[in-house]
Amino acid sequence: MAFPDIVGHFRGKFDYDGWLWYALQRAEEACDMSRAASDTPPPGHEAGGAAAAGAGTHATPGSAAPAAAALTHLQRLEAESIHILREVVAECERPVMLYSVGKDSAVMLHLAVKAFYPAPPPFPLLHVDTTWKFRAMYEFRDRMVRQLGMRLLVHVNPEGLRLGVSPFTHGSQLYTDVMKTQALKQALDEHRFDAAFGGARRDEEKSRAKERIFSFRSAQHGWDPRQQRPELWSLYNARKHRGESLRVFPLSNWTELDVWQYIWLERIPIVPLYFAAPRPVVLRGGTLIMVDDERMPLAPGEQPVVKKVRFRTLGCYPLTGAIESEADTPAAIIRETLLARSSERQGRLIDHDAVASMEKKKQEGYF
Amino acid sequence: MTPQSDLIASDIGAYLRAHERKSLLRFITCGSVDDGKSTLIGRLLYEAKLIFDDQLAALEHDSQTVGTRGGELDFALLVDGLAAEREQGITIDVAYRFFSTERRKFIVADTPGHEQYTRNMVTGASTADLAVILIDARKGLLTQTRRHSFLVRLLGISRVVLAINKMDLVGYSRATFEAILADYRAFAARIGLSDVTPIPLSAVHGDNIIAHGPNMPWYTGPTLMQHLESVAVESDSGGAAFRLPVQWVNRPDADFRGFAGQIVSGRVKQGDRIRVLPSGRESRVARIVTADGDLPEAVAGQSVTLTLDSEIDVGRGDVIAAGDSPPQVADQFEATIVWLHDEPMLQGRAYLMKAGTRTVSATISPLKHRINVDTLEHTAAERLELNDIGVCELELDRAIPFEAYCENRALGGFILIDRLTNSTVGAGLINFALRRSQNVHWQALDVDKQARSRLKGQKACVLWLTGLSGAGKSTIANRIEKKLAAAGRHTYLLDGDNVRHGLNKDLGFTAQDRVENIRRVAEVSRLMVDAGLIVLVSFISPFRSERRMARELFAPGEFLEVFVDTPLAEAERRDVKGLYRKARRGELKNFTGIDSPYEAPENPEIRIDTTTLTPEQAAERIVAHLQALRVSGGA
Repeated sequence: MAFPDIVGHFRGKFDYDGWLWYALQRAEEACDMSRAASDTPPPGHEAGGAAAAGAGTHATPGSAAPAAAALTHLQRLEAESIHILREVVAECERPVMLYSVGKDSAVMLHLAVKAFYPAPPPFPLLHVDTTWKFRAMYEFRDRMVRQLGMRLLVHVNPEGLRLGVSPFTHGSQLYTDVMKTQALKQALDEHRFDAAFGGARRDEEKSRAKERIFSFRSAQHGWDPRQQRPELWSLYNARKHRGESLRVFPLSNWTELDVWQYIWLERIPIVPLYFAAPRPVVLRGGTLIMVDDERMPLAPGEQPVVKKVRFRTLGCYPLTGAIESEADTPAAIIRETLLARSSERQGRLIDHDAVASMEKKKQEGYF
Repeated sequence: MTPQSDLIASDIGAYLRAHERKSLLRFITCGSVDDGKSTLIGRLLYEAKLIFDDQLAALEHDSQTVGTRGGELDFALLVDGLAAEREQGITIDVAYRFFSTERRKFIVADTPGHEQYTRNMVTGASTADLAVILIDARKGLLTQTRRHSFLVRLLGISRVVLAINKMDLVGYSRATFEAILADYRAFAARIGLSDVTPIPLSAVHGDNIIAHGPNMPWYTGPTLMQHLESVAVESDSGGAAFRLPVQWVNRPDADFRGFAGQIVSGRVKQGDRIRVLPSGRESRVARIVTADGDLPEAVAGQSVTLTLDSEIDVGRGDVIAAGDSPPQVADQFEATIVWLHDEPMLQGRAYLMKAGTRTVSATISPLKHRINVDTLEHTAAERLELNDIGVCELELDRAIPFEAYCENRALGGFILIDRLTNSTVGAGLINFALRRSQNVHWQALDVDKQARSRLKGQKACVLWLTGLSGAGKSTIANRIEKKLAAAGRHTYLLDGDNVRHGLNKDLGFTAQDRVENIRRVAEVSRLMVDAGLIVLVSFISPFRSERRMARELFAPGEFLEVFVDTPLAEAERRDVKGLYRKARRGELKNFTGIDSPYEAPENPEIRIDTTTLTPEQAAERIVAHLQALRVSGGA
């Protein structure tokens, strides 16, 4: 059994008080936070256990207890994700959680806290850093890690750093390969992680739609879409030989709307960039790119303008398109998302490289 | 703007509250290749206005370049995500799609039609509440229609939509529709599918998808979307007795010991009396712990952590169940198996079986019959090939808590995993426990292996000699036994040829007979080791899997694998018994090294290179190894 070792491994490094502080803070927020009219999660309707806790008072008239069918869609998704997180910890020796600082990572981390409560999540977080993330993401990341007291590993591809690989000089394809795919493999190999949680969802992209929840990777981190293990019921096969690994996607069955709704109901902290605010941007190739720091080369005559924008997904700032928006609360974002006519990944430049680009990247080891 | 988007625009809070209460329907689409499954789903998403503008633009572009509809919108391209699928115009893997309408949330598993991908179809079906089975109106019922219907029924999906597609290509003929329906109803009755809703469709043109359209005035039933939005969703097993398979023991400190898992059926309250299976120990629920606070009660579907009010031994794989109606515990079952792998399932081979949160070793013994899904006939078989379905008996190395699959999917469904490759090779459904398993109990004996070994002044073990025919196994084994006997050791030599004259004279040389041959010899060796003997086994034993199975019957250190390593060319040159010549002439079938594989050991305890050692030197080396291990007493 691998688990006790891992607990032992992290016990010394884990700030239990910090973690407890986060858990309590969350609980208090959920109970006390003053609620503005349309931006307010309905009382007694929080996802997960809280709803069932309150279910005695919200049960349908005539029934003393909640019927099983009374679990909401989000409660089911939450329970499924928790089941997945626990299976990995029970069956794998060295799990790690990929933390990309985005909203999906925030939800995944929140679920991990729930899954192992009252113990802290028995694995570290890994941020594969390209050095080109938004400054607000680094600030948010460091604050979250401090609050949770979890161990964070940050990995930057030293080779890429040495060669100064940047999205401006090397193009998005090479840059993504070196600073993300290769960097991820380096980090997984260096720490000998045998399972890595990722926040990808099946509704994001077509080749993701066909990926298993427990996705087997060869010792070279390759993904073979033709040889995926059949995944029946909720029986996950986590067995593998030394050197081989699993990518595990606890949010596989969540949609973008589910993620936002859960953030709204559970009051999960997310990077402020998701909310509309005045920000300096330039228009390039039909995409609004935020000028986040002085490394951004401006074309002759190109002048950043301040617009009220937000981001639907967060990645490296030179590759992440902003949208003009007035939405500055989770509910407003949901409203805007539901009325939107373009899909979430449109703002993400790497998918546009080729028709099957994501599938190809995944076969090469990209998350 | 739809009424839905009006509400979103005017009162997002009200919309979200309504949205959250929507029920969820999980369904699969299946049928033969080219019946139009992907097109149907693409059409559903399109008609329900669920395609985003950029996706539509990409679809228009792709339809021009790789579409199969002459530049018109090819909806299949919306869901065929893998490059290989686009190139071949087929669906290889299950694709999950998510959409919601005003009434419901949906998760669709779009499953492949080619027979070689039946395993993916089974994957999609295992979590579905309803199946949409497509039929091409021009073709009527095909093998895949019957196969998928049978699998749907087998996996416990009771509701079926029979979507008779491509009606535009048969002139929207009512007679064609009625004829196919009559065929299908006859088949459905035989497999016990009663809830069948037939709908005539044209996925390409959109008839009867969302609205009825003008082409089939004779059809007055619901459109596909109307049906999907209104069909009753089966409720979870909330009414059944409480069961929670323990996933993980949560011990953050000495004071807290919680058992984490997802409730698979029933409900549990604080103070409930529970029983832990398989141990049978009882306790009461002290707390139902979640990060959102303790719960007074929890129901099927929820992931929780239970603490008990007494210190009893509970671990991963145990089932915490209602005290007054616990599940049964058994180690032998009849089960229905769907084989999912290219390597066939062999009788007598041991596989890993993951059932609930427990993984045990399971041996197929015997395979009772294979089911022909076309005719539903039961035929005798010794193996299951990819996509075969069969009924077999399973013997486990430990007793597990279980329920029949039809009673409880979570405690009755299992997967089989290959011990060497770790692939998921089969899916199974427990039908019932075999009576003999409930009545034959392990007899605890007072005089044990250690006592018997001590009497003989030795440590019992098995020396397992493996290698090609003619490698020199028997010669070396014979010399080892002579040396051990001379030293006063108690031994027995099991020789492949000799055992085949008696115990195993009913077995031939096919792969499954070889597996059974080794299983019996391994079990006999185990009895002899239990009797305190040093056992020499001299068998070709060509498959790694069976040697590993044999090894796992013994305590660590008891099983010593000796690889008598003679290259094929050398063994064939010696050909002491003239067998290689016969095999080369085709007079001997399934001869190891010629037309049946030999899988050399990867990490044998002892390797003997017979091209450099004489049999006497080999025997000396092995006896020395035993002495070093103090197996044969002080010496």
